[in-house]
Amino acid sequence: MIPAPFDHITPVTLDEAIRALTSHGEEAKLLAGGHSLLPLMKLRLASPKLLIDLSKIPGLAGIRQEGDKMTVGALTTHYQIESSELLKEKCPLLPQTARVIGDVQVRNRGTIGGSLAHADPAADLAAAMLALGAELRVRGAQGERWLKAEEFFLDLMTTALSPSEILTEIRVPVLSGRCGTAYLKLPQKASGFALVGVAVWLRADGGLCADIGVGVTGLGAKPFRAVRVERHLRRKRLEPALIETASAEVTLRIEPLGDIHASAEFRAHLARLYTYRAIVEAARTAGISLTKAKGK
Amino acid sequence: MPVSKLVGARIKRREDPRLIRGLGHYVDDINLPNTLHVAILRSPHAHARIKAIRVEEALKCDGVVAVITGSDIQEQIGPVPVASQNPTLRVPKHPVLTVDKVRFVGEGVAAVVAEDRYTARDALDLIQADYEPLPVVSDPEKALEPGSPVIHPEWPDNVAFRWALKQGNLAKAFKEAYKVVKQRLVHQRLAPIALEPRGVLARYLPGEKELTLWSSTQIPHILKTQLSLMLRLPENRLRVIAPEVGGGFGSKLNVYAEEALLGYLAIRLGRPVKWIEGRRENIQATIHGRGQIGEVEVAVRKDGTILGLQYKVVADIGVYHQLLTPGIPPLTGLMLSGCYRIPAIGIEVVGVFTNRMATDAYRGAGRPEATYVMERMMDRLAQELGIDPVKIRQKNFPKPKEFPFKTATGLVYDSGNYQAALRKALKLVGYEKWRSEQKRLREERRYLGIGLSTYVEICGMGPSAAMPAGGWESGTVRMEPTGKVTVLTGASPHGQGQETSFAQIVADELGVDLDDITVIHGDTAVVPSGIGTFGSRATAVGGTAVFQSAEKVKEKAREIAAHLLEADPEDLVFSDGKFSVKGVPKKGITIQQIALEAHVAKNLPKKMEPGLSATSVFEPSNFTFPFGTHICVVEVDPKSGGIEIKKYVAVDDCGKVINPLLVDGQVQGGIAQGLGQALYEEVVYDENGQILSGSLMDYAVPKAGDLPRFELARTETPTPVNPLGVKGVGEAGTIGSTPAVVNAVVDALTPFGATHIDMPLKAEKIWRLCQGKKAARAGGGR
Amino acid sequence: MGPKKRVSIRINGVNYLHEVEPRLLLIHYLRDVVGLTGSHIGCETSVCGACTVMLDGAAVKSCTVLAVQADGAEVLTIEGLAQGEDLHPLQEGFWECHGLQCGYCTPGMILSAYQLLLRRPDPTEEEIRRAVDGNLCRCTGYQHIVDAVQYAARKMKK
Repeated sequence: MIPAPFDHITPVTLDEAIRALTSHGEEAKLLAGGHSLLPLMKLRLASPKLLIDLSKIPGLAGIRQEGDKMTVGALTTHYQIESSELLKEKCPLLPQTARVIGDVQVRNRGTIGGSLAHADPAADLAAAMLALGAELRVRGAQGERWLKAEEFFLDLMTTALSPSEILTEIRVPVLSGRCGTAYLKLPQKASGFALVGVAVWLRADGGLCADIGVGVTGLGAKPFRAVRVERHLRRKRLEPALIETASAEVTLRIEPLGDIHASAEFRAHLARLYTYRAIVEAARTAGISLTKAKGK
Repeated sequence: MPVSKLVGARIKRREDPRLIRGLGHYVDDINLPNTLHVAILRSPHAHARIKAIRVEEALKCDGVVAVITGSDIQEQIGPVPVASQNPTLRVPKHPVLTVDKVRFVGEGVAAVVAEDRYTARDALDLIQADYEPLPVVSDPEKALEPGSPVIHPEWPDNVAFRWALKQGNLAKAFKEAYKVVKQRLVHQRLAPIALEPRGVLARYLPGEKELTLWSSTQIPHILKTQLSLMLRLPENRLRVIAPEVGGGFGSKLNVYAEEALLGYLAIRLGRPVKWIEGRRENIQATIHGRGQIGEVEVAVRKDGTILGLQYKVVADIGVYHQLLTPGIPPLTGLMLSGCYRIPAIGIEVVGVFTNRMATDAYRGAGRPEATYVMERMMDRLAQELGIDPVKIRQKNFPKPKEFPFKTATGLVYDSGNYQAALRKALKLVGYEKWRSEQKRLREERRYLGIGLSTYVEICGMGPSAAMPAGGWESGTVRMEPTGKVTVLTGASPHGQGQETSFAQIVADELGVDLDDITVIHGDTAVVPSGIGTFGSRATAVGGTAVFQSAEKVKEKAREIAAHLLEADPEDLVFSDGKFSVKGVPKKGITIQQIALEAHVAKNLPKKMEPGLSATSVFEPSNFTFPFGTHICVVEVDPKSGGIEIKKYVAVDDCGKVINPLLVDGQVQGGIAQGLGQALYEEVVYDENGQILSGSLMDYAVPKAGDLPRFELARTETPTPVNPLGVKGVGEAGTIGSTPAVVNAVVDALTPFGATHIDMPLKAEKIWRLCQGKKAARAGGGR
Repeated sequence: MGPKKRVSIRINGVNYLHEVEPRLLLIHYLRDVVGLTGSHIGCETSVCGACTVMLDGAAVKSCTVLAVQADGAEVLTIEGLAQGEDLHPLQEGFWECHGLQCGYCTPGMILSAYQLLLRRPDPTEEEIRRAVDGNLCRCTGYQHIVDAVQYAARKMKK
């Protein structure tokens, strides 16, 4: 319940924060909403000597449209994403995903940047990031770079961020045309984390799936983009049998996690099932009539 | 009872105004000046020899006042007690802090006392304890195997006790049976998770030589007696206070090591000391419930008539007994025949030591296990014989006129009408409609299940002959000189609402305003004696004691009134709190005026003692046996393993109802806990004795969104055991609900050949059962 | 131990100024430093919600917020909800509908419901159940809690 002692600073510029991060190295941790870090510190699974609180740095939170992209600041809370009318219109997958994270109090406080940087293998937003092909803006002592969501998650709780880098914002496409989205998850009953969660967006062109993105969380050591599933369906006429075959590929070359809540085998099954169901749901919201396709 | 106004009414609770404003005082909300804080170092191993404990670094820490290990106090504090006894019971010495070995994960090894909680926590990390791991006995069945590692060297078979009961001619029953149905049933370990973890605050006044201990407990008086023995203090110098208690469910019906430890530390250090349990500590070191593995065999006729039942249970005890540990599995045995006529019955219990925390009473305490066995088996029998589950139950119920009904296990059920509750529940749920809906949906490859549970349970814990520490309860009613009424009860509540329900009883009896009554509980210096609130006994036993005291007060008041009105007591009528002479309603005297007269004592009947108060101790002649029918309708998704509860109906009969609002609350909360066991909850130990569900991130307590709206109804069959006619309702929901849910899910999956699924009904189990098996009437497909 | 930090927090309309260790959790600050013991602690893993308070208009689990993070903020705890003797409609609802038994989860539960009614004055039963998913109650089975929130919503609409 009680964290080990640490110092706490509140830089007012990103550069100041990066300097602190650079000079303290592994002993320092960034504090955003604190909903990934503080629970670990209370159990003393993490005991940083310094917390660099990002909350006083202006401009890190907020949602805006820039041309055909939506930009979400790293300190934007899950609730802000969930309730953003702009996102509901331009990129509904994000609010759909954000609204099933944890509980109200967690969503009020937890941030998208904190969640992504923490890289919990069962975090919800990661699936949406991967499905959408999000780009992550990162600032460090060496300057700025952009990472693709697929490059960002490396392993269990491990990202491509270097120890002195800060994730500052996330860019996702505006979903234009006849798009459908869905995020389906089976929550672990106690924690609310995803046993398996699948995020899907697709663009319809008549009965065709013009383009599709599928992101999966909870299954393996890191969330991943189901490229094989996407490839199987892109430019195809969607039918239940085809979606089923495609969904079966979601587990290829993935080593599923197993624990007291679900074995690896069951997680793999759930991933296939939820991939199927999420694609069907996304197709439905895109206005593709699957029953018709099935009938032929 | 006279014609009543308040008893039976939905009165909102009188304890709520302080609680909804955040002004109640739970243990951690009580702050005494100069208080020290205690943190406990707990064993990370399930079984290990302690090679060394070094505390020097911790002691050097700024703000640390003391560090105590087991060897420092082994002479000073007696062992943690067990009250339940049986002739074969083996009682290992249960130290407050362990000395040479650790025997379960979470066992106390050392305690830090510091100026504040943060420092105490920091110092724990500075204690160096070296362990030499020993072989672990985690699984209770493996513990019985020859060659298994041994926990207590004096008992190499790991057997804690054996208990058996046999009635009727079992051999004949099984020989004559048309069918014998066997089933293995597992009642998983559960963590009670009272939302307030345990906590203790202790203060010693050296001048007065008085130790006061505030503890989050269900049994302040029993705790006082036991602590005086453990600490070797005169019991009359010891005061235990249960302040606001944030839930118990049996987990605080105990005497814990920390309670004695804190008492000792307060005396030794001469300053108040406080210890507040964390949730992970709570899951490790507060008692667990259930933990039984049973093999049941039922002999049945072709028409569904039960001829005999044989049940063999392995009960997972843990390392040590807590207060009632060995008493729980026998209670399962006694209640095993449920609400059925079973001519021959045999039960064999073996309690087994394992490297785990002790099991003990958790909401229902032995009865949920019994009900689950019987109700699961009724459905198994129905399935085997092709009889409707309703019909087979009806066939084996005793008739209402057969009550009091003597069961094969030797209990005498006080009163009952099982048919009526079942009929009402069937009607309320729309049983036939759901059965046809089930048929229709199966054609669409959708799987609906309807599960019944017709339960009877045992409540109103007393008489004393059947209880380890007295089966009575005390109640005092005192009219103050100003006419206010003070009620004292030994049945110290922890959320049940006795401050309201007991006040209702007294208000009706004395004709005073509810607002003029205060119910005091939980302080052994104020309440003369008591047992506590558990086993759904508070109203049936404690409420009756209060009622009888109110009657005595009224009788004394009548004598005073007769004296003052110069009338014969027989000629007085009592109405609306006023005595008047028959036929002369205008001339009268209120009970408040009488109270004042009784205290100023200038004009009392000869030889009458001044004052207007009475204390009663009520001991019932028998238990009470509430009953009812719960029906659950579920839809199961065989592909994801998901279970949706579509409807839940409960018809409970707890005898007379004092406050329907509180009864509804008890039933709803009880059902939620029963659903929790059926669907999610389990304390998981691995083979090394490590807890894999050690926090609320892994131990799933039902949340609001998990639960449906429960539809409740009642039948009312009063008990003859107490004058109020009340039976008790605290555990009924938990007892009735679990098998209803499991029966519903198994019923849904019969097309997949399901006959039984062990709890909790996690998605993966459902999926595995259905996987590969084509439903009898359906094909695959998503 | 890191140096103490000065925090200025307005709680239930009163300004407080203290020097605290950076690691001090907001819940311990409220309970042990300020003496407002209405908010409780029921776990250490940010699950149970017994410690829920409003922080700048948002319900938060105060066991997962540092006191230094609340510097300059406004906090509302259960003690600040009633206006003198006048209970908040939610408090009334919990009382009228028997929305509590042991009462330990109640302050946090009420504040989560308070958050809901700020955002959705007329919630459905499902929305109410979802809104308190971050608050465990072991006593009531939640049904009377749902009734209590509905009661308050009706009352506040009038």
